[in-house]
Amino acid sequence: MRDIHVSAIADAVKKLCMDANWSLEPDMLRAFDRALGTERSAAGKQVLTILKQNAEMARTRRIPYCQDTGMVICFVELGQDVHVTGGALSDAINEGVRQGYTEGYLRASIVRSPFDRVNTGDNTPAVLHIDVVPGATLKIMIMAKGGGCENRSKYTMLTPAAGLAGVKDFIIECVKTAGPDACPPLILGVGIGGTFEKAAIMSKRALFRELGSPNPDSMLDALERELLARANRLGIGPQGYGGDTTSFGIHILTYPCHITSLPVAVTIECHAHRHKEATL
Amino acid sequence: MSVSIGADGIKDVRTPLSDADVQSLKAGDRVRISGVIYTARDAAHARLLPLIEKGERLPIDVAGQIIYYTGPSPARPGTVIGSVGPTTASRMDKFTPALLALGLKGTIGKGYRGQPVKDALRQHTGAYFGSIGGAGAVLSEFVKKAEVVAYEDLGTEAIRRLEVEGFPAIVLYDCHGGDLYQDGQKVYAREDG
Repeated sequence: MRDIHVSAIADAVKKLCMDANWSLEPDMLRAFDRALGTERSAAGKQVLTILKQNAEMARTRRIPYCQDTGMVICFVELGQDVHVTGGALSDAINEGVRQGYTEGYLRASIVRSPFDRVNTGDNTPAVLHIDVVPGATLKIMIMAKGGGCENRSKYTMLTPAAGLAGVKDFIIECVKTAGPDACPPLILGVGIGGTFEKAAIMSKRALFRELGSPNPDSMLDALERELLARANRLGIGPQGYGGDTTSFGIHILTYPCHITSLPVAVTIECHAHRHKEATL
Repeated sequence: MSVSIGADGIKDVRTPLSDADVQSLKAGDRVRISGVIYTARDAAHARLLPLIEKGERLPIDVAGQIIYYTGPSPARPGTVIGSVGPTTASRMDKFTPALLALGLKGTIGKGYRGQPVKDALRQHTGAYFGSIGGAGAVLSEFVKKAEVVAYEDLGTEAIRRLEVEGFPAIVLYDCHGGDLYQDGQKVYAREDG
């Protein structure tokens, strides 16, 4: 067994939260550059140029890229030979969020109850997904998930007869209805198969794959490319002002499912795709 | 007139705005907004509506003014404001017609609005501006002063009085029925989309 103290976990999460909100990952910056090379719309190009400036200003001045610094979605891969000491893993992660958001001048955007809507004041709690995996390391992946795009995420249960064509049409419909509300260029995380909750969790997990990298499954890779091309023919463009760059990428994960089911979940992510990971 | 055209073709808009000012704005116009604007989003609007319904005085006089749908991130010490980009405007659709009826002349946000808002913009001569969603760091540069004027307990959702200089925006919906989203997207939409 390898011991990892909760303070090391909290410290790591604190740093990930601050870095995610100040510094877009290189895969996102490359996506802006690629889009600037292909976008035909003058308004679209201008939006992309300003967003690149925004990323640079956020990084150098340590001010959030977007004022909506999101709800923290945290995927943890906990090695089965790791022993977390000094407290509870989930408490340590929330402590890291609390410190990161407070000390990093990040916005507190979480309310304690969906009904009384009183702000918790420190952006806790995070949404945690913990998997136990072989090994003696602890991998923490966080995403600062904006609310405007999350509100356009969708789920449907198709019939097996609806098939691949039904899946494709649903995903494109999600892009259309998200439109400018979700801050395009969008990234789509898609979970297909499993059950209601499995599909939804996969749709979040899929967003951690490096943007622009191929799907390791060749059939899914071709499907992603086809859907991305279709999404970018909709004309919505950066910020919805019209243009060719409606989406930066569509990432799909699948899982076996019941003979009766064809679940499809689509998480809509904005261009402020703030994700970071660390391994302890 | 509080609207003039700069040498670069961008319209300079200074608050407060008159009906004639708003009438001179067309969907697609790029603008620089200067003067006082107020922030308000979901929670503040939810408190304003009952006051309007009871005919009570609001904590801010909205006549001629612009409301910016935003909840800024906290300012670092020595700075005016944190990141301050727009939030999705349609969540405020329920409240906007009543505020336009009180003389509000503009809102700044992102995303589509419902038909009742479009109708109210025509009826009461208002404009809906867009600022770039997710460009909150860049937009913070144009805010010269910020102070909470109501509902401080709402934190980021409090009503703030901002003094802005040259705040960049674009007219999304004008008071004549013009709609930048429709006009812009149809140029690039392809049938096999």
